[in-house]
Amino acid sequence: MASRPTPKSARPTLIWLALLGAMTMPIIIAAFSPYLAYRDPAYIIAGFAGIICLALFLIQPLFAAGYLPGLHPMGARRWHRGIGSAIFLCVVLHIGGLYITSPPDTLDALMLVAPTPFSVYGVLATLGLLLTALLLILRRKRTLRYPLWRMLHNVLALGIVGATIIHALQIQGTMGPISKWLLCGAVLVVTCATLLDQRLIRPSRARRHALNHNN
Amino acid sequence: MNAPFYNRRAFLKSAGLAASALIGAQMGLVSPAFAKTYKPTRTMRGGSNNYRPNAPMVDKLGDGFWISGKVRQAGNGAPLSGVRIQIWAATTIGGEREPRNHGSVLTARDGSYRMEMMQIVPNFGQPHAHLAYDDAAFETVFLRPVMKSARDTSLKVDFVLKHA
Repeated sequence: MASRPTPKSARPTLIWLALLGAMTMPIIIAAFSPYLAYRDPAYIIAGFAGIICLALFLIQPLFAAGYLPGLHPMGARRWHRGIGSAIFLCVVLHIGGLYITSPPDTLDALMLVAPTPFSVYGVLATLGLLLTALLLILRRKRTLRYPLWRMLHNVLALGIVGATIIHALQIQGTMGPISKWLLCGAVLVVTCATLLDQRLIRPSRARRHALNHNN
Repeated sequence: MNAPFYNRRAFLKSAGLAASALIGAQMGLVSPAFAKTYKPTRTMRGGSNNYRPNAPMVDKLGDGFWISGKVRQAGNGAPLSGVRIQIWAATTIGGEREPRNHGSVLTARDGSYRMEMMQIVPNFGQPHAHLAYDDAAFETVFLRPVMKSARDTSLKVDFVLKHA
């Protein structure tokens, strides 16, 4: 550990600052890309909607699991839902903006006949997101039971994050290559660590705890 | 031991190959000097995206980026002169739908063509150009070559055209 322990009250602030920095730095770097000068507003909005979406993936699992300091569990869930809607909106802006910029390229991508290898992953991630929205409706109507919903949501989320990372890494666009790799790595680590903790580590610890109590 | 024609199988194989080569040569399947035959260039996926037919003939579309290549006839590879090649790409002055990024050139007597335009920039995730041969004499070909690096300042694109 550091030579002087951080005062307890400062830790939540530092965690939040680090997270916000990790999310905003890649966006700020992209905002200085020379390519922006050559693009129409629709294309610029589409690009940033994609980058913001990737950045939101960093914080989204943390809200879901309630890891973030200084938040009431119910507040964290509300944030998780709000960010979920924001992700959905970003994807709509991303695809809509690309369609305005070049309808044939966007249709090729959606029909899975584009020459670009990354567009398939973008479409896969979008399908995962649509499926999540559909499951959410079923869950709201109580058709879907909570454990099954949670399992499907987790699997889809992992798939969406994985496909999005492959999609982003293969694109030559406004993002800086280093900040893009760092953000993608952070998103992958956070997503996998959260899933492992929530689905494996905590349940097994809870089981052990229950066993100990019963004995 | 490993001598040639030592066993029957090896002998039959080589004899068969020699015979087929002879017959092939007689039937014109193999040209005399083993000259390579030029296979027609195939249209690429997405090649025709944002195509605006009959882009105006231009001397140049801008400065700094060169697209060049050679146009040949399928089969014998004879250079084709006076063939119209249409070119468009996303550059520093706008996207693929920007009219100033569309132009046509004709091939010279040796089948070569070249056009200078503004620097091509990545568009839809890849730095690439679009080229078309879309006239009556030969079959239509739409190409979408991707640059090795977004910093490249030239691109070479050859066509082999097949009679329509």
